[in-house]
Amino acid sequence: MTDTTMDSVNTLFRPGTSDKEIEAAALKAIAARKRTVLFWQVAILVAILGIWEIGARTGFIDPFFYASPSAIGQRLYEWATEGTTEGSLWFNLGVTMEEALIGFFAGSIAGIVVGVGLGQNKLLSDILSVYIKAINSIPRVVLAPIFIMIMGLGLASKVALAFIMVFFVVFANAFQGVREADRDMIANARILGASDWKVTREVIIPSAMSWIFASLHVSFSFAIIGAIVGEFVGARYGIGQLISIAKGTFDAAGMFAAIVLVMIVTLVAEYLMTLVENRLAKWRPQQSLDTH
Amino acid sequence: MSDRQSGPPPAIELINITRRFVSPTGKSLTAIRDFNMTVERGEFVAVVGPTGCGKSTTLNLVTGLAKPSAGEVRLMGGPVNGIDPRVGFAFQKDALFPWKNVIENVMAGPLFRGRSKAEAEKMAKDWLARVGLSKFLHHYPHQLSGGMRKRVSLAQTFINEPEILLMDEPFSALDVQTRTVMHEELLKLWAERQASVVFVTHDLEEAVALADKVYVLTAGPATVKSVYTIDLPRPRVVSEIRYEQGFIDYCKTIWEDLRQEVETSYRRAGEAA
Repeated sequence: MTDTTMDSVNTLFRPGTSDKEIEAAALKAIAARKRTVLFWQVAILVAILGIWEIGARTGFIDPFFYASPSAIGQRLYEWATEGTTEGSLWFNLGVTMEEALIGFFAGSIAGIVVGVGLGQNKLLSDILSVYIKAINSIPRVVLAPIFIMIMGLGLASKVALAFIMVFFVVFANAFQGVREADRDMIANARILGASDWKVTREVIIPSAMSWIFASLHVSFSFAIIGAIVGEFVGARYGIGQLISIAKGTFDAAGMFAAIVLVMIVTLVAEYLMTLVENRLAKWRPQQSLDTH
Repeated sequence: MSDRQSGPPPAIELINITRRFVSPTGKSLTAIRDFNMTVERGEFVAVVGPTGCGKSTTLNLVTGLAKPSAGEVRLMGGPVNGIDPRVGFAFQKDALFPWKNVIENVMAGPLFRGRSKAEAEKMAKDWLARVGLSKFLHHYPHQLSGGMRKRVSLAQTFINEPEILLMDEPFSALDVQTRTVMHEELLKLWAERQASVVFVTHDLEEAVALADKVYVLTAGPATVKSVYTIDLPRPRVVSEIRYEQGFIDYCKTIWEDLRQEVETSYRRAGEAA
């Protein structure tokens, strides 16, 4: 049981203190630490927003360019209750989310399938590696105008951009994950009687899973970037379009409000993904408990 | 070959085996040369030799994971075509699946071989009871000690009821006490099943304590230097056998033989460095 390191008790206890009391003290210390962390997290947020707000009101920060927390909150409230110039806020948010989610799922599934496939086929991956490197070296956002020219202002062009942003990250990790799969473990499965497909499904994919998940965390925000950049370049609706309009009317509060929205969406997605990952990866050693 | 005797053909025959590896730069390395070995049915054979001499390669040839560059491998009198279902393999490292819990790991073999889930579960419970892990069915490998993981591995291998059991330094990562306990368990399981065993190790005492025959290999490229028949009575108690005179004599004799090869191996490693 080397995975869980016990924290050495650094407080001196009187002789004869029971284990129960020591454990109770340790639990108390952990709770206190959690409170401290939370307190400072909130305090820093309040301080930043406070300085920003006061700076904007006193003119120390130019609210024309930098808006102010209250103006951003006001704008979010207006958007939520009265809608934006481009229709309801929820509709616009929905458009962006739809593009990002379709791109994200399609891109990750394609990335996993191609990564796992190529990872097991040395010859094919040697042949294709030069093309993969070449395509991968293209900064993805430059593809936005091309996709919009080909697929129009609607959903398809944004999905394509989100897809291409997600695909390469997930592909590269799935590929590497397959390559890192333990050879003995694969040999073991084969000798125990597994067919090629069973080896892939029961050994190679699970062992690549932690690599794949690491890439999924980043790639959701990549999908959002793809959708929003696509909307900048040409769209009728969506958060990117809102930012673009706000820029056109010198509406700093509008731009920041859109950023806050995207931030919240990405954080929620990240949280959900961690939940899913923890469920799937319950076999992994727990992080060691360290209360220092 | 086998028509010389009237009984069934031996479990494993390696006949004039040579195995070469070719590196991507085109250099060829011979791991085993002119290798001959015969393992009778129900026989426990240990293979000792200097580190890196190609001991593990011999096992891979028997599993069918690797093919000989020259020579012939025969199992139960027949040729080896791919992975043979009668073969079980115990790895040096942990080869358990970390994302499966204990019972799922042990069930893997029967499930891979097309048994029903209920059947596999029943067999797995039975085998885990035999290795004393009934209370840990739903633990994951990382939650177990090294000795317990090894027991799970043994159950995972034995559940397929292999007629030929190959073991590649299976206990080398364990501490001395645990290793002795595992030796006892292995001998117990082997006595019940009467499988033919090839046990590769670098630990001479382990080899003498467990085996009927000890093969001493030369420093790479490996070939058989000598074969010793260990005529110690069974059942053996591994924890006590090491104090018996017969055991000590065997160890001394074989060590004299092995030492030259170990020295050669070290000298070469020194020259290469």
